[in-house]
Amino acid sequence: MNATTATISLEPNAGWTPSKGVVGMTCLIIAESAIFVVFVVAYLFYVGKDLSGPTPRQVLELPIVNSICLLSSSATIMFAVRSLRNGDTKKFSLWWLVTVLLGAYFLFGTGREWHRLIYNKGFTIQTNLFGTTFYSLVGLHASHVVVGLVALLVVMGFAVIGAVRKEHAEHAHVLGLYWHFVDTVWIVVFTVVYVIGR
Amino acid sequence: MNGTMKTGALSESIPAAPIAAAERSVFDTVHSWLVTVDHKKLGVMYIIYGLSFLVVAGVQASLIRIQLAAPNLHIVSPQTFNQLFTMHGTTMVFLAGMPLIFGFANYLVPLMIGARDLAFPRLNAFGFWLSAFGGLLLYFSYIGGEGLAGAGSAPDVGWFAYAPLTAKAFSKGHSTDYWTLSIFVSGFGSIATACNIITTILCMRCRGMTLAKMPLLAWLNLILCGMVLVAVTPLTAAQIMLLLDRFAGSHFFDTQAGGSAVLWMHFFWLFGHPEVYILVIPAFAFASEIIPVFSRKAIFGYPVMVGATCAIAFVSLSVWAHHMFTVGMTSTGNTFFVVSTMMVGVPTGIKIFNWLGTMWGGKLRFATPMLFSTAFLFQFLVAGLTGIMLACAPWDWQLNDSYFLIAHFHYVLVGAIVFMIFAAIYYWFPNATGRLLSERLGKWHFWLFLIGFHVTFDTMHIPGFLGMPRRIYTYEAGRGWALLNLICTIGAAFQVAAILIFVINVILSLRKGKPAGNDPWDAWTLEWTTSSPPPEYNFAEIPTVKSRRPLWDMKHPTDPDWKYE
Repeated sequence: MNATTATISLEPNAGWTPSKGVVGMTCLIIAESAIFVVFVVAYLFYVGKDLSGPTPRQVLELPIVNSICLLSSSATIMFAVRSLRNGDTKKFSLWWLVTVLLGAYFLFGTGREWHRLIYNKGFTIQTNLFGTTFYSLVGLHASHVVVGLVALLVVMGFAVIGAVRKEHAEHAHVLGLYWHFVDTVWIVVFTVVYVIGR
Repeated sequence: MNGTMKTGALSESIPAAPIAAAERSVFDTVHSWLVTVDHKKLGVMYIIYGLSFLVVAGVQASLIRIQLAAPNLHIVSPQTFNQLFTMHGTTMVFLAGMPLIFGFANYLVPLMIGARDLAFPRLNAFGFWLSAFGGLLLYFSYIGGEGLAGAGSAPDVGWFAYAPLTAKAFSKGHSTDYWTLSIFVSGFGSIATACNIITTILCMRCRGMTLAKMPLLAWLNLILCGMVLVAVTPLTAAQIMLLLDRFAGSHFFDTQAGGSAVLWMHFFWLFGHPEVYILVIPAFAFASEIIPVFSRKAIFGYPVMVGATCAIAFVSLSVWAHHMFTVGMTSTGNTFFVVSTMMVGVPTGIKIFNWLGTMWGGKLRFATPMLFSTAFLFQFLVAGLTGIMLACAPWDWQLNDSYFLIAHFHYVLVGAIVFMIFAAIYYWFPNATGRLLSERLGKWHFWLFLIGFHVTFDTMHIPGFLGMPRRIYTYEAGRGWALLNLICTIGAAFQVAAILIFVINVILSLRKGKPAGNDPWDAWTLEWTTSSPPPEYNFAEIPTVKSRRPLWDMKHPTDPDWKYE
């Protein structure tokens, strides 16, 4: 038997050896995208089919500052991962903290928007089809921001006690992919809800 | 585990691992299974879990058959009958079918690609327990609510739960909530496991195993897990919407507030039809491993098999609305879905010809796994043909939601999938336990099940033609359905007997079955190169392969496959 194995040359697995984390996260992102597609389709399907008011134009304001915060957090998390790859953990912690703050501000902004809609305008998920699709789509995205923030905070905790080192750059990168996904989905949600829907 | 194993070589040189560790207490054994992250143990747990629910849903089916055996029977109440067909369908698809396919994928994929475990073992355990508790949640509905005596509040809205039947106004209490939450939870388990298997296949193949040298079983599991990612998720999304409708008062499927019941149908079948292929592709995968071994020939048309499976995956994502011809779509919509549905027949036909091509001129050995595989070939062909009949919209307008449709899809689900699951159990049982299942009982199991299957489901097409609708509680005499229904019920009795023999076979063979050795079928793939059952780490030395049949190469060093591939 050993003779047989010896004749087999030990060629490495041809070329492409992807990282498990990246492949796993990509799969998760594909699955999540399908969930968002269904919610976006439902939103577009029901646009303008309400039997009663209010309409999007009457109650929605463009969340410009919010969007800028969330989208720029994609850049800051990239800087953080790059710093970690170079072994600069101080810079990493700083950029990571900025990312957390930007994400938290986005959530705060969404909360403020919902508070205004619910308590000042009396507009809830039960009001009409617009309410149904608006709160569920924006809420689905916000819940993903919450999950992302919790994950970011766990890493932040590790960074504070000094447990994040250069060899963890790959892990941070994989988490960064999820965060980029959450940001990209916001571009779609923003376009659908605040541009097309309004 | 033992010293001779380090060669990682020809199976004959490896003594089988001890079958039971006698010195360990029951508590230790149970504990080791509960906390395990080993892909083989989780795979076996998935399979036991799936088979248990297969039996439960089989009991429900038997009750349905007894209720329909003769006209004007009132053996169960109409309410119980509604719960029976709902739970039967839901259980078979979500609690028997999905766990069984993931069980086999879990157990076999790492062994066949020469890996020591899945990419994320803990995520794997998480996925299993999510699915398991999803199933228990669904069955808790029987004892929750009004309790056992009043049959509880089991779901009764049908397995596809059309709106507005599921709205708060029409489905009071929590029966629908049990249904939607359990599917929601086990759906997450499925998605997690699918991510895991894809990552394992893409990142953890042994040296030399390029994608083109992977066993077809691994290829087909890669493709079906990709389908799980994009097809199970729409159902998850739809369940979120249903939960919001029921608990938060939103209006997705509330027609009185402008919502759309048809939107639920689209979302459900956007999952529901690919799901059929998610369930049947593992059957293809088993056939693609078993038929070559028992024909003593390499698989015919390997690249075409992979291509055809990819084609099935893509096309099957765009056929869902053929479940909705009777809803009233535009004629453009109807035409599109007629054409796309018929197109699925092309790659499927290619696969059938390839299996036949593998058998053609081969030295056939009709052991039990091969018997089941051969029956599968014939029955899957018939199921495909009635599928093409139903794909014609005008034909479907006549026969949709009749017993013809029931007969058609049971031909796929039982005639193809359940038959191949039995083939796979007979084939890989020796690998997992070190003992062979009894061939004599296996042949009894096969022939009784085959006869029972054909008596029930061949006959069942005819009451469909005669206008018998599905889900009907009972019927009056003089419609011409009585004798046919009685024959269906008699066939069901044969199937029950066959399953009993199977259970006895498993129990007896586990205790004193013939020791299998490490390679009982003279097979060619990596799972037979290690001991049976494999050690926890699978391979003492990660194997290196040069062809699609590495074990053939080891057995025939003078005539290896890689010279010809």
